[in-house]
Amino acid sequence: MALDIYAQFNLHARALGLANQRLELLADNVANTDTPNYKARDIDFSAAMQSAGGLGGDLPMAATRPGHIQAGTAGANTTTPLYRVPEQPSLDGNTVDSQKENAAIAETAVRYQATLTFLSSRIRGMRDAFTGGR
Amino acid sequence: MSLSKIFDIAGSAMSAQSARLNTTASNLANANTVASSAATAYRSRQPVFQTVMDNSAGMDPASAGVRVAGIVESTTEPARVQDPGNPLADKDGYIYMSNVNPVEELVNMISASRSYQNSVEVLNTSKDLLMRTLSLGQ
Repeated sequence: MALDIYAQFNLHARALGLANQRLELLADNVANTDTPNYKARDIDFSAAMQSAGGLGGDLPMAATRPGHIQAGTAGANTTTPLYRVPEQPSLDGNTVDSQKENAAIAETAVRYQATLTFLSSRIRGMRDAFTGGR
Repeated sequence: MSLSKIFDIAGSAMSAQSARLNTTASNLANANTVASSAATAYRSRQPVFQTVMDNSAGMDPASAGVRVAGIVESTTEPARVQDPGNPLADKDGYIYMSNVNPVEELVNMISASRSYQNSVEVLNTSKDLLMRTLSLGQ
């Protein structure tokens, strides 16, 4: 069985990239908690992972004519941020909900650490395979 | 490594909030200053925050933190008080108080310090993640 290092790390690398992008957006939201008219943004993590080919079902639509639009961006490492729907109106037009942001940051940090744990155990497994467990 | 960009974002937020704390401190310090005319009376200062837009990263529309766009002075008229014994009183015996509202300022101070703490929290989280990423595979 050939060892495909790229395939071994690819998915986790994408997950790290996405978590990274999400953390950046959330940090932006927290930074702009008091900026008038700032609209909070976030990405849909599971949808992004799906479009990155992480959760199976990776069948691209056939584009048989020049006018056809390619659906999805399989393989993209970043995804387009969306604006969050505010739950409480605020007088200055700001839609940041700091509780939500903090919860999302905690969640993303845990996801990131989980991916790191997966990656380290994968690296350890490969190293064991190379050295014969010595 | 774009986790380090979060340092810039959180850093900009901390600097903006500390500017806000600065104006609050200045306003509270001058809450009781008086002047001889309405024009020279101390007026409460408030920073105006603005999102810094950065479209260079290819992310659309990407922003990178916050900055203080400027500091505006309150337009509320200073209160005129009759106090002929005050050395700063004008020829009719009036002095002009600063228009600082201490309650507003205290609320501003709490809000600024909470936002500052949030940014520190974000910074710590991304620092931990970055350190763990650096030690990956060891």
